[in-house]
Amino acid sequence: MTQPDETAEPEPQPPDPTEAASPSQFVPAVRRKGASVTFRLDGRDLCAHAGQSVLSAVLEAGQTLRYNEFSGEPRAGFCLMNACQDCWIWTAQGTRLRACQTPVSAGLELHTSCPATPEGT
Amino acid sequence: MAPILIVGSGPAGMSAAIALARRGVRPVVVSDAPHAGGQGFRRLNPQMALDARRIYGAEARKYEALHRDFEAILPQIDYRPATLVWAIYEGKAFILRDGQAGEIAWSGLILAPGATDRIMPVAGWTRPGVFSLGAAQIALKDQGAFIGRKVVFAGSSPLLLLAALQYRTHGARDIAVLDTTPLGAKLRAAPGLRHSPGTALRGLRLMRALKRLGVPVHQGVRLEAIEGADRVSAIRFTAPSGQECRIACDAVALGHGLRAETQLAELADCDFAFDAALRQWLPVADADGRAGERLYLAGDGACIGGADAAIAGGALSAEALLAELGEPGPSARRRRLRGTVARLRRFQRGLAGAFRWPHEEAGRLADTVTVCRCEMVTAGEIRTAVRADLGPAEVNRVKAVTRCGMGRCQGRFCGPALAEITAEASQSPIDAVGRLRAQAPVKPLPLSAADTRS
Repeated sequence: MTQPDETAEPEPQPPDPTEAASPSQFVPAVRRKGASVTFRLDGRDLCAHAGQSVLSAVLEAGQTLRYNEFSGEPRAGFCLMNACQDCWIWTAQGTRLRACQTPVSAGLELHTSCPATPEGT
Repeated sequence: MAPILIVGSGPAGMSAAIALARRGVRPVVVSDAPHAGGQGFRRLNPQMALDARRIYGAEARKYEALHRDFEAILPQIDYRPATLVWAIYEGKAFILRDGQAGEIAWSGLILAPGATDRIMPVAGWTRPGVFSLGAAQIALKDQGAFIGRKVVFAGSSPLLLLAALQYRTHGARDIAVLDTTPLGAKLRAAPGLRHSPGTALRGLRLMRALKRLGVPVHQGVRLEAIEGADRVSAIRFTAPSGQECRIACDAVALGHGLRAETQLAELADCDFAFDAALRQWLPVADADGRAGERLYLAGDGACIGGADAAIAGGALSAEALLAELGEPGPSARRRRLRGTVARLRRFQRGLAGAFRWPHEEAGRLADTVTVCRCEMVTAGEIRTAVRADLGPAEVNRVKAVTRCGMGRCQGRFCGPALAEITAEASQSPIDAVGRLRAQAPVKPLPLSAADTRS
C-alpha cells in the first residue's frame, strides 16, 4: 500500500467549495505546465492543456461525454484505465474515440451525441 | 528463436522485464497503457505540476526506483506501449497498435495484466460523477484533477483511505469516506495482518492522518443510493446505529477491493480455481507463477497481492521461466522471491477479511438497480432469468439470456455482482454458479483491424 506524506500540510487553494454550482465535473488540482490547446465540443471552442486527456478536458468543461445507447442516460466515463469502455465520445467525422486514452489535441472537434454525417458515411 | 513476451507494464511486468534484461535476455513488453507503471505506481503526468513525494509519500522512493530501473533497460527490451493484446491463441498474441493489427509468437509468456476495482453496484451508480476508486486516483496522478468538488470515497478497501488522503493533501477540503466494513471485521482480521506488520501500521497511520486533517470516516455503513438528476448530488447511507444519513456531494469514488484481470490467462488455457478468501476465481499457478508450459502469471492479475508482491512476483516469474528454458539462475534468489510473494499474498487475504467484499448487498439490490452499465441490465432482470427454468443456475447462461456482462467491458465491472445475484437468487453457493468465461476480443476492436492484419 502506498501512502502520501502525512506530515505535509495540505496545499491551500484550487477548488473553492463555495463556488456556485459550476457546470464542470472535474476540477484542476494542480497547475498545468502544458501549452494551451483549443478544441471544440458540440460547436463550442474550449480551452485545455497539452497533457490532458480528452476525458479530463471535456469533464473540466462540462459533465457529459456521451449518452447510453439504450437508456439515453448521460455518461461521463468510469474507470479511466481503459477497462470499462464507457468513455466513448464522437468525433466530427462520426467515429468514436476512447476519451480516457486519447490526448486532447488542438483543433480536435468532438460531439457528445452522434453528429449528423453525410448520407452513407 | 521467438522472444519472451511480457503482457503488462505495471510493477509485475516492469520487474519481469528488468530481471530478464539483467540476464541478457531481450523480451517484448506489450502494454495497453501508454506509460509504464500500472495503476498503483502510475507515472505522474510530467505536464502537470505533480510532486511524487506528495502523491506517493513514503512509497515515493520505490516508485522512483522502479521507473528509473525500467527506463535504464529500455534499450535492451522491445517495449510496445499503447498496444492492446486482444486474443491469445495457439502460441501467439494478437495485438492492435495505432489501428494496425499484428501477431507476436513467443518462446515464453509472462502475463501481468493487473486488476481493476471490484464494484458492488448501488442505486444511481451509473450517474455522471460516479467513478471507480482507481479512477479517482488516476484523475489526480495523470490529469492533475479531482473528480469533483465534493468527493465521497465509498466502499470497502484500504485504498479508500489512501485516495482520500491524496485528495486532502492536494487541497480537496469537502471530502468524506464511507467504509462499508464494520470495525469488528477489521479487529477480527487483525491476526491475519501479522504477515506484513509494516503495511498494517501504514494503514493505521493513514487513518490517523485523515482524522487529524478533519476528514470524516464513517465505518460500518451500508450504501443505499447515489442521488441526483443528470449528475450526482448526494449519497445516502445507513449508519451502524440504523440512522439514515445523507451527504451532499458531486462525485463518488466507488471501490470494494480489487478484481484480478484474468481474461488473457483464460484465453491462454489456464485452469481456474475459486479463492474463498478473496471470493473470486483466479487462474491456477504454482509458487513461481507457472501456469502452463513456458507460461507464467505475475502480479495482481494472478492473485491480488499489491505492488510489492507484484515486483517480487514479476522477477520470480522471469527467473523461473529462464530456468525452464534451460538457463537456471541462483536458486537462493528464487527461494527468497517465492517467500516474499507467498507472505504478501497471505497478508492480502487478511486484508480481504478486514475490508470485506459486501457480497450480501447484491441480494439486497432493488430490482430496478442497473447492474450492467454497458447493456443496461437490472438486478430484477437477472433474478427473473435465474428463476426461469434454465436448469442449473450458471452465470454464462444468465449472461446469454440477459446480456449482463456481454457489453464492451466484458463483465469486468458487473461480473462480480452478476455472480452474487445469481447465487443468491438460486440459493446456490457462489462457487457453484461458475464464472464468466472470457471471449476474444477482450476489448472492442475496429472492424478495420481485420483488413490491416499483417
